[in-house]
Amino acid sequence: MTDTTDTADASRTDQWETVVGLEVHVELATVTKLFCACPNLFGAEPNTNICPVCLGLPGSLPVLNERVVEFALRVGEAFHFDVPERSIFHRKNYFYPDMPKDFQTTQYDEPICLAGWLDVDGVRVGITRAHLEEDTGKSVHLGGGGRIHDASHSLVDYNRAGVPLMEIVSEPDMRSSEQARRYVEELRATLLAIGVSDVKMEEGSLRVDANISVRHYGDEFGTRAEIKNVNSLRSLARAIDYEHDRQIEMLERGERVKQETRHWDEEAGCTRPGRSKEEPDDYRYFPEPDLVPIAPSAELRAHVRASMPELPAAQRTRLIDEWGINDHEAGVLLSTPGLAEYAETAVVALDGGGTPKDVVNWATNDVLSYVNETGLSPALLAPEMLAELVRLVGDGTISRNQARDVLAESLREEKWPKAIVSERGLAQVSDEGALGAAVDDVLAQNADAVEEWRSGDDKVKKKKRGFLMGECMKALKGQGNPQLLNRLLDERLARG
Amino acid sequence: MSEPGARITRAEVTHVARLARLALTDDEADSLTRELGVILDNAARVSALDTAGVPPTAHPVPLVNVLRADVPKPCLDRDEVLSQAPAVEDGRFLVPRILGEEP
Amino acid sequence: MNATELAAAVRSGERSAVEVVEEHLSRIDAREGELHAFNLVMADDARAAAAQIDAAVARGEDPGPLAGVPVALKDNMCTRGLPTTCSSKILDGWKPPYDATVVTRLRDAGAVFVGKTNLDEFAMGSSTENSAFGPTRNPHDPSRVPGGSSGGSAAAVAADFAALSLGSDTGGSIRQPAALCGVVGVKPTYGAVSRYGLIAFASSLDQIGPFATTVADAALALEVIWGHDPLDSTSIGSVPSAIESPLAVLDRGVEGLRVGIVDEITLAEGIAPEVRAAVEAAGLALESAGASVEHVSVPSAEYGLSAYYLIAPAEASSNLARYDGVRYGLRVDGETVEQMNAATRDCGFGAEVKRRIMLGTYALSTGYYDAYYGTAQRVRTLIIRDFERAYERFDVLLGATSPTVAFELGARTADPLAMYLSDVCTVPSNLSGDPAMSVPFGADAAGLPIGVQVLAPALQEATMFRVAAAIEAAKGSAS
Ligand SMILES: [Mg+2]
Ligand SMILES: [Zn+2]
Repeated sequence: MTDTTDTADASRTDQWETVVGLEVHVELATVTKLFCACPNLFGAEPNTNICPVCLGLPGSLPVLNERVVEFALRVGEAFHFDVPERSIFHRKNYFYPDMPKDFQTTQYDEPICLAGWLDVDGVRVGITRAHLEEDTGKSVHLGGGGRIHDASHSLVDYNRAGVPLMEIVSEPDMRSSEQARRYVEELRATLLAIGVSDVKMEEGSLRVDANISVRHYGDEFGTRAEIKNVNSLRSLARAIDYEHDRQIEMLERGERVKQETRHWDEEAGCTRPGRSKEEPDDYRYFPEPDLVPIAPSAELRAHVRASMPELPAAQRTRLIDEWGINDHEAGVLLSTPGLAEYAETAVVALDGGGTPKDVVNWATNDVLSYVNETGLSPALLAPEMLAELVRLVGDGTISRNQARDVLAESLREEKWPKAIVSERGLAQVSDEGALGAAVDDVLAQNADAVEEWRSGDDKVKKKKRGFLMGECMKALKGQGNPQLLNRLLDERLARG
Repeated sequence: MSEPGARITRAEVTHVARLARLALTDDEADSLTRELGVILDNAARVSALDTAGVPPTAHPVPLVNVLRADVPKPCLDRDEVLSQAPAVEDGRFLVPRILGEEP
Repeated sequence: MNATELAAAVRSGERSAVEVVEEHLSRIDAREGELHAFNLVMADDARAAAAQIDAAVARGEDPGPLAGVPVALKDNMCTRGLPTTCSSKILDGWKPPYDATVVTRLRDAGAVFVGKTNLDEFAMGSSTENSAFGPTRNPHDPSRVPGGSSGGSAAAVAADFAALSLGSDTGGSIRQPAALCGVVGVKPTYGAVSRYGLIAFASSLDQIGPFATTVADAALALEVIWGHDPLDSTSIGSVPSAIESPLAVLDRGVEGLRVGIVDEITLAEGIAPEVRAAVEAAGLALESAGASVEHVSVPSAEYGLSAYYLIAPAEASSNLARYDGVRYGLRVDGETVEQMNAATRDCGFGAEVKRRIMLGTYALSTGYYDAYYGTAQRVRTLIIRDFERAYERFDVLLGATSPTVAFELGARTADPLAMYLSDVCTVPSNLSGDPAMSVPFGADAAGLPIGVQVLAPALQEATMFRVAAAIEAAKGSAS
C-alpha cells in the first residue's frame, strides 16, 4: 500500500475490525490451596507455605478443596454456565521449574463450567468455559536486569504453587479495547460480588491474556496473536490498540500475521514476540489418576443457587431506578468492594432524614477517599454513622462544610456525628428569634453600609450584602444557619 | 500393519526424548528405537480387539466428590525442605537460567 | 516363629521385642551380604523401637496387633528422615520430610522396622535386577532372581530377615516375587490401602500389600494397613468397616464356594507345565475341601499385558517428570535449566526407567494417544466387564502367578519383552482393580517354589483369604 498516513488511517476505521477474546485467570479466595491444606496467602516468606503435596514430593497425593467446588458453582450461576453432571481433572505435561510436579493438574475437555455469558453495556459476550487448575510457583531472574533469558540464574519460590485458579475463557466476541476493558471490569465486579476472589490485578490474583486479531468487516477471523503480561486494565487497552495497529500495518504491507505469543512491554508501550520454539508444544493431556470426578449434588447446587447475592448488573439497575443516581455514581459505588452495601445500609438507617442521593454523594466522595487512604474495607465502617451525619445536614443542625470535618473525625475515631457536634459545640443556631436579633444588631451598627447598599448599583449591592452577611456570621460565631440567616437579612434589608 | 519393530522412527525417538527431557546418547537413541519398536508391536495387539463404543476406564474405583474441608494445616519446615535441594539461595531453590517460556 | 506367634508372645510378655529383633538382625548379618535384600538396614532404629515396645509391655500397655514384629519396607515408601531411594540414583540421598500412611499405621500397631528393601528402579521390572544398587538374589537359590519389582521384600521374608514386609504391586510386583520366593503375597483391592507416601509408578494401578510366610500373617498385616485415608482421594471409604475381616473367616473352609480356573492365566503359551500342574492340583485340593471347581475363560485377559504396557508407562512418564534436579535428589549441572533437567534425568535414571518414560511419552503424544493410550483404556473396560461376567458364576478365580519358577540372573535382561511376559498372569487384576494373592503351592523338580494365584471381586478379600488358607492347608499333601 502506498497510501499516505492520513488516508490509511481513514481506511482503517472504515475497513478493519478488531476481534478480541480474553483468557482471565482468577485466584480463588479460599483459605487453603487447591489440593493441600497449605494456607493460600499472598506475600509470605519464600517457601514457607509448602507441604509434600504442593511441593510435588514423591509419594504425595492431591485431595480437592471442597470450597473450590462451591466457588466454581457460584461462578457457574453468575455467568449462566452449564455445570455438567460430571467434570474431571487432567494432567498437562510440560517441564518448567516453577511447576513442582512438571505437570499441571488442570481441567481439559470436561471442565466444570461450559457455555456461559456476560452482558457488557448491552452487548452479550459469550464465555466458552471456566475451568479449575493449580497455579505455579514464582521465579525471580537474577543478573541480566531481571529479564528471564539474560539472567545468570533464577530462584524459585513455591508458595503460590497449588493456589486454586479459575481460568475463564471468553469467545472472540469483543470488538474494541474499550469493550475488552469493560468486560474485565464487569467480570471483576461480579467475581467480587459473589465472593470467590479478591480480583487484585496488582497482586496477580486476576491475570489477563488477550487473543487479538483483525479482519475486514464481514470476513472470517484473522490470525490471532496471544498477548501476555498485561498487568492492569490500562495496559490491556493499550496492548489491544497497539496490536490492532501493528496487525493492520502488516496486512496492509501485504505481510501475514503470525500466530504467536507476544509480551506486552509496559515501558516501551509495545508488544514483543516471545522466544520462538523449536517444536510445537505437546502437553500429552490425560485424565489425572490421583483424583476422582467432581459430580455436584442437587443439594449443593440448590444451596449455591439460594445463597447467590444480587449481581452487580442487577444491583446497578436497581440503584439507578430506586435512588435516582446516575450511571457514573452507580459505577463508582459498585467498583469498590463493600461500598454499595455500605450505602444501602446507610440509606435504610436514614429513616427519612435525607435522600439516598445524599448518602451516595458522601459515600462516593468522602467515605471513598477515606477508604482509599487507609486501605480499609467499607465493611469495617458503620453506615449508621453516615446516616446520622446526613440527617444532621438535612435538618440544618450543621452545614455541609462542618459536616465534612465531622465525617472525617467520625470515620477516624469511630465516633457518632452527634457526639462530635455537641463536643465541638458545632450545632447551628436555627432559632429565628435569636438570628433575627443578631441581624438587627448588625444593621444598627452598620448603618452606613446599609445606606451604601440602598443607593448602590447591583455590583455595590452585592458587595455590601456580602459584608453584612459576614458580620452576621461573625456575631453568631459562625454557627448561624446560613439559609435562615440569608432569608432574614434579605427580609430586613427589603423592609428598609 | 507396519514391519515388525518399525513402529517408531529414530527421529520420533529423538523428539520424544526432548519431550521427556532425557539427554540420550546416540547409542541410547539407537537401541531405544529398536526396543520401543518391538514393545510397540506387542502393545499394538490392543487394536485387535473391537473397542468401538466401549468407554475408556481411567480409573478402577467408582468414587466421585472426594473432598477436603478448607481448613489449613501446618506446613513443612523450610530448612528441612531446603536441606534436600541441590542448590539454594535466599530461601529459594536455585536453578540455572531458563531458556524456554512458561506456556 | 511367624508374625502372629511373635506378636502374641511379645504382647503376653513371654518374649521380649529386643530379643526378637536381635534374632532377625543376626540372620541379616549372616546372609544379607549374599542376598542383598536391603538398601538400608535400620539396626539401631529397630533396637530402639523394640526397647520401647518392651517398655510398654512392662507398663502393662498393649503395643498393638503387631507388637515387636520385625517388618521390612519396600524402599519406595516414604520414611521421615530416612533415605528413600526407589533404588534409583536420581533419589540417592533424599530423606523425605514425611511418613507414608502405611508406615504410620504399622508403627502404631507395634511393628519394628528393620530396613528398606531393594526393588527394580521405581518398581519397573520383574526381577529386581533393575536396581541402581545391584540385584537381590533368591534365598532358595542365590543364582536366581527373587522376582520383582518387590524382590527385596519377598526375599527378606523368605530369608526370615523380617516376619512381614510390604511391597507395592502395579502389574504383579508383589505376587510374582512372592511366587518365586515361596511366600504369601497380597495385592488388595485398588483403594483399600492408602497410597499416600508410596512413590508413584502408575497411579491407577499401584497398590500396597503385605508379604508373609502364612496366609494368616498376611491377613493380620493387611488388616493393620488398610482402611480409609483422607490423604488419598482414591482410598475407599468403606474399608474395613463394611467388609468382612479376612482374619475372622480364615478357618471357615471353602465348602460350597464356586472356584473358576482361568484358562488365559493357566493354560496360555509360555506357562510352564509344572506351574499349570500346580494350579490344577490346587483346584483339586479345593474340590476335595468341598468347593466346586470349573474352568472358565476371561477372553480379554489375554490382552491385559499389551494394555498394561501402554497405561503403566504413560502414567509413569508423567509421575516421573518431577525428578528434574530442582528440588531434591540428584542434579547434573547444565548451562540452562533445560540442559540441567535432561542431563540429570539421563544420568539419574537407569535403562528400563528411560525405556518406559519414552514409551509412555510416545503413547500420550499428539497423534498416538487414541491408537495407544485411548485404546488401552477401552481394553481395560473390556477386561473389567469380562471379570464381572466371570464373577457372576464364580466366587473366586484361580490361575498361575508367574509363568515360570525363579529364573537365573541375567536370563531376561537383554530382552525387555521377555521380561515383560513375566507379568502376563498378574496384570489383569491391576487393570480391573480387583484383589489377588499368591500362595505357595508345591515346587518344581529342582525344589524351586511355585505360587498359585487366587483372584476375587473388589472388596471380597475375605473370600479370597478363605480360599488361600485352604490351598495353604492342602499344600503338605499335594507336594
Ligand atoms: Mg490454563
Ligand atoms: Zn501444600
